[in-house]
Amino acid sequence: MPPEAAATLSDDQLERNFADIAPPLTADHALLEAHKCLFCYDAPCTIACPTHIDVPAFIKKIATGNLRGSARVILDANPFGHSCARACPVEVLCEGACVLNARDEQPIKIALLQRHATDYVLERKIRLFQAGPSNGKQVAIVGAGPAGLSCARDLRRWGYAVTVFEAKPQPGGLNTYGIAEYKMTPTVALAEVQDILDLGVELRTGVTIGRDLPFERLLADYDAVFVGIGLGLTKSLGIPGEDLPGVVDALTFIEHLKTHPYRATRVGRRVAVIGAGNTAIDAVTQAKRLGAERSTIVYRRSEADMPCFLYEYELAKVDGCQFRFDSKPTRILGSSRVEGLEVETPHGLEVIDCDMVITALGQTARDEFRVPTDHPKVLVGGDYASGGAEIVNAAAEGKQAAATIHERLSRS
Amino acid sequence: MADLRTNFAGIQCPNPFWLASGPPTNTYGQVARAFDLGWGGAVWKTIGEPIINVFSRYGSVDLGSTRMMGFNNIELISDRPIEDNLKEIAEVKRNYPGHAVIASLMVESKRAAWHEMVKRTQDTGADGIELNFGCPHGMSERGMGSAVGQVPDYTCQIVEWVKEVATIPVIVKLTPNVTDVTYIARAAVKGGADALSLINTINSIVGVDLDTFSPLPSVAGKSSHGGYCGPAVKPIALHLVSAVAGDPNVRIPISGIGGVATWKDGAEFITLGAGTVQVCTAVMHYGFRIIEDLVDGLATWMDERGHRTLDEVRGRAVPKVVKWEDLDLNYHLVAAIDQDKCIRCELCWTACEDGAHQAIQRHPRGNGGPAVEIIEAACVGCNLCAEVCPVQGCITMQQIPNDFPAVNWKAYSAGTGKLAPRSEHFHTATWANKD
Repeated sequence: MPPEAAATLSDDQLERNFADIAPPLTADHALLEAHKCLFCYDAPCTIACPTHIDVPAFIKKIATGNLRGSARVILDANPFGHSCARACPVEVLCEGACVLNARDEQPIKIALLQRHATDYVLERKIRLFQAGPSNGKQVAIVGAGPAGLSCARDLRRWGYAVTVFEAKPQPGGLNTYGIAEYKMTPTVALAEVQDILDLGVELRTGVTIGRDLPFERLLADYDAVFVGIGLGLTKSLGIPGEDLPGVVDALTFIEHLKTHPYRATRVGRRVAVIGAGNTAIDAVTQAKRLGAERSTIVYRRSEADMPCFLYEYELAKVDGCQFRFDSKPTRILGSSRVEGLEVETPHGLEVIDCDMVITALGQTARDEFRVPTDHPKVLVGGDYASGGAEIVNAAAEGKQAAATIHERLSRS
Repeated sequence: MADLRTNFAGIQCPNPFWLASGPPTNTYGQVARAFDLGWGGAVWKTIGEPIINVFSRYGSVDLGSTRMMGFNNIELISDRPIEDNLKEIAEVKRNYPGHAVIASLMVESKRAAWHEMVKRTQDTGADGIELNFGCPHGMSERGMGSAVGQVPDYTCQIVEWVKEVATIPVIVKLTPNVTDVTYIARAAVKGGADALSLINTINSIVGVDLDTFSPLPSVAGKSSHGGYCGPAVKPIALHLVSAVAGDPNVRIPISGIGGVATWKDGAEFITLGAGTVQVCTAVMHYGFRIIEDLVDGLATWMDERGHRTLDEVRGRAVPKVVKWEDLDLNYHLVAAIDQDKCIRCELCWTACEDGAHQAIQRHPRGNGGPAVEIIEAACVGCNLCAEVCPVQGCITMQQIPNDFPAVNWKAYSAGTGKLAPRSEHFHTATWANKD
């Protein structure tokens, strides 16, 4: 067994390493920041948001001390306003669109203001929305991630009976299992989900459609079915040594980290993360934060080709992670466990010294059951439909699907 | 370096900035500290028969993240014995002979009481006396303060009493809580006042606690109207100072008061006729140290424009305050947007469209071109877009020259003079149909 890197860190240090990367604003700071907002007309931040949260409106409400109203504006547009405040790539969405950028200033801290308002209602358990009077219609939702639960939330408000089927033991999808721990904890993700479930959504966890229950049953028993089951496993490398102990895929690594005490997650002393997307960054930084002495991104193409967001790259650099570009993995070395990673570089074959390999090559499509997407009762959304995007995209698609279902079923 | 030395109704001081009568001028220690830091003069916190104050006294109005944009108080005059105040005034004057030390007085409306108070004050060596005829709260219920200053006859009468014994300049402090301040100013002049100071605070309720329904500042759940001051009141004060300064029946020195926080505020008062400028709220907010930039900023401004003494700038704006009917109707302005500076917030558009004259054309975001453009033919040159624009110098008002001689309403309505063509006034919907 290789020595556990995490064992070298104190509990305090581990707590610090995984603490909130963007701590909440104080009330004073929030007020100051809210007053900086220009209250643009037809605001570009709102346009940039896939759920089109009326950003100036919610910020103005913070400025006037109407935090409950502010949270209502946010969560009405985006049922996952809590998690989006923590995990949204705002640099390329609302904050990137802020007109203050054009004045060579820092944009308004929209994400932190959104968190300020949504934390207010979450911490006080303020119920902002109610289920509508029952309309006698039933909708099945497959997958309790942001897409499915956004769909469920709006359908409940309009009076539909909603049953959500979830294969995992906990709802929330990647919000619960896949967001970097320093951005959002499962506690927050589950509290946000609970808010939606409290509208009277029936949740059935541990049920895999296609295995425990045929998809056709849903079509027979419900007036509509929304499928938001996300994506499947991490794509495999297809190189020798992939089965060696010490090779783990990024999502499994992150899920384990998020569902166990920090110390219980195995991490090597020298970690190689294969891939350069945002999940790869989450893996390389969290391996480092768990105590890895060296945590390195290994990417077959150049720096400029990295698919991760620039600020995620910056974060990994600040965390002290390393980067190997133009290095295509060809073989994982080792007899009983990982001892190195052989890569093909412009200068020939090289070996990266490592005792753990995390693969982050994107996820495969799900294939548990065939989804008849052209069936009039069926709608799809979230990562399952998009091939992988942000929470905010999933929320927008879930809401759109709810609106479409409502429109169709109201007509019939 | 500009010479800021000031002679106000015969009172000499190193610069025109005085502390106004109020909490900052309550004690020897405060006034001495202020003089050490460079204040030109101080009007002592109003002296009279000592009063008893309530505990909760001040309230304020914030604007955005700016604290104390407006400020109010229900504090009364000095709660210290008259002899303590007079002793300290004498001591300050002895130790700071070059600075202006003014005693503010308020006593009951009896001739003998005023005579005695004025004489005792003069014995301190004070440079002048300010009669507090302006305090709008508390004291007015007892027939003093603004209860005097709101009635021209009372004002005149008491000034006469004071002048019967006064050997030093008498400044009458006016209340803004009247329909026309010039009537009171003239009454003070008639009574023999040597100078005027204005404005005292404005009657106000600063807010309501929405949990308890208590007005603010709350005294055991209740409040009383108080005196409003701070930056919010400056425009009102500028107007009233200019009204008095422009009144040919007044013609005595004026000490300007009301919302002065910066040298610019002070300079504005001076150009509108103020000989000295009094400051209170800004000191209550930031302390005496603000005098450094008050003096430095004023002197720098004067140096940059070649004004050597305050006499060269005092009152320069007064003749430019005219009646509306004297304004030139043919002075044609339109807004111009510097598209390179525009950050596309579209505040100008919504302001003009909803709040003014529908003279801005908005283009869809992401079209690559400008976000907003002025419809010059519809622009009435009102300034609103330039006022709301958050980028300095992005929207400017440009004069459109024309061949029409100036004409004002007086002349035009009398049938003389020709109007230049006006901006077309229509809604953008109509405009869109024109294309």
